[in-house]
Amino acid sequence: METEITKIVLRSANLSVPDEELHRNSDLFALGMSSLATVDVMLAIENAFDVEFSNEHLCRKTFRSIDSLMSVVTELKQEQTSP
Amino acid sequence: MNAFTGHLSAILAVASKNAAAVDQTGCFPNETLSALRQARLLGSMVPRTMGGDGVSLSAAMETCQALGACCGASGMILAMHQIQIACLVSHAQHHPWHQALLRRIAGEQLLLASVTSEATTGGNLRTSDCAPVLDGERFRISKEAPTVSYASKADVLLVTARRAEDAPRSDQRLIAVLREDAQVEVVGEWDTLGMRGTCSHAVSLRAEGLNCQILEEEFGEIAERTMVPVSHLLWGAVWTGIAGDAEARARAWLRRSMRQNGSTSHPAAYHLTEMSGLLRTMRARLHDATACFEAARGAPEGSPAQAADTNLLKVDLSEAALRVALLAMRVCGMAGYRNGTEFSVGRHLRDLQSAPLMIHNDRIAADTATLLVAQRSAFPRG
Repeated sequence: METEITKIVLRSANLSVPDEELHRNSDLFALGMSSLATVDVMLAIENAFDVEFSNEHLCRKTFRSIDSLMSVVTELKQEQTSP
Repeated sequence: MNAFTGHLSAILAVASKNAAAVDQTGCFPNETLSALRQARLLGSMVPRTMGGDGVSLSAAMETCQALGACCGASGMILAMHQIQIACLVSHAQHHPWHQALLRRIAGEQLLLASVTSEATTGGNLRTSDCAPVLDGERFRISKEAPTVSYASKADVLLVTARRAEDAPRSDQRLIAVLREDAQVEVVGEWDTLGMRGTCSHAVSLRAEGLNCQILEEEFGEIAERTMVPVSHLLWGAVWTGIAGDAEARARAWLRRSMRQNGSTSHPAAYHLTEMSGLLRTMRARLHDATACFEAARGAPEGSPAQAADTNLLKVDLSEAALRVALLAMRVCGMAGYRNGTEFSVGRHLRDLQSAPLMIHNDRIAADTATLLVAQRSAFPRG
């Protein structure tokens, strides 16, 4: 999951730093990701993991880092499998 | 009449008296600013604990709306000042240096201006190239800004910059610069269609100060939570004021015309219904958006839905205000087209032409569409 989300972030977040400076706990907003780019990241993640973000997840906290994105995807996956 | 209403009436009279001259000559409305200072309105949004009046955003909007009705440029200047106050109050009032600054603003009636534009980034609020150069406890900064309203009149400048020279362009901070620590060189003209009194010249800024003058919070947060929504609300209030005065002139013209003709029938009278409807919608939207903004203040984070709402407000109000002024011109005919009559609406129309351009509506609409795509239905889909 980390590898896939990292690829998506590198492709869609429009960061203004070299790829090697991105780590799983890097602050993506500090690295140049705009609010608008979060929509690109969200759509790519939804497509890759077959999940759908709820309105509650549409906040800066969700998109702050690769770590926080992984937490949300894990949560959404668990919701899908729970009865 | 209470003291505040009395002060406001006096300010509005000064603004009205000088509006045409400010527009014609493109000079700064010095008399109106003096009246605002005399009434101590420049510190009105500063908390009472720091010597201000602690007035609410909606109260500040009412004042800007009233002032905008009398002189669009004066209304916009007060709005821009209040936006900067709102940023300091919401994001820096617990920091000792900025707390002391807020006390000075209220006590000395200091005027605040914003330096967010930059020659290399244009009007993109969320990008900066300049950065503070740190040297021990002090910083120095240079910025070439293509548009800074009333820079040479301001006592304090809030400047956006990259956090550091090696930071990405979007990793920004807001810096409070004192006029006495800055060299402000006007390098471009402000010869415009409207809003001429805002004196929004191109400026070359050189400044220095203490590192603690740099607000700690990310500018992205300040912009999203306060600067952008408060700007749209206060600008919207000013535009509603200008449009309201244009509509009032159209009504006055129709009354006179109908009295002279001895008939309540007039071919242009039906435009009043559209103008009145638009103004009612504008006021209702402002009221609703202010309530939503105040309600969201306590939330830990902003959301794309709120950003979309505040963007739509700006686009809709700017277009509606312009439509009202255009219809007022249609109603008043040559009396409205001619300058210097009590029914002239040329200044209103020209001032309001700036509304869709202050952060271009086309850009906002495109960004808002992206934000709206992200939003989910509140109801389950079958």
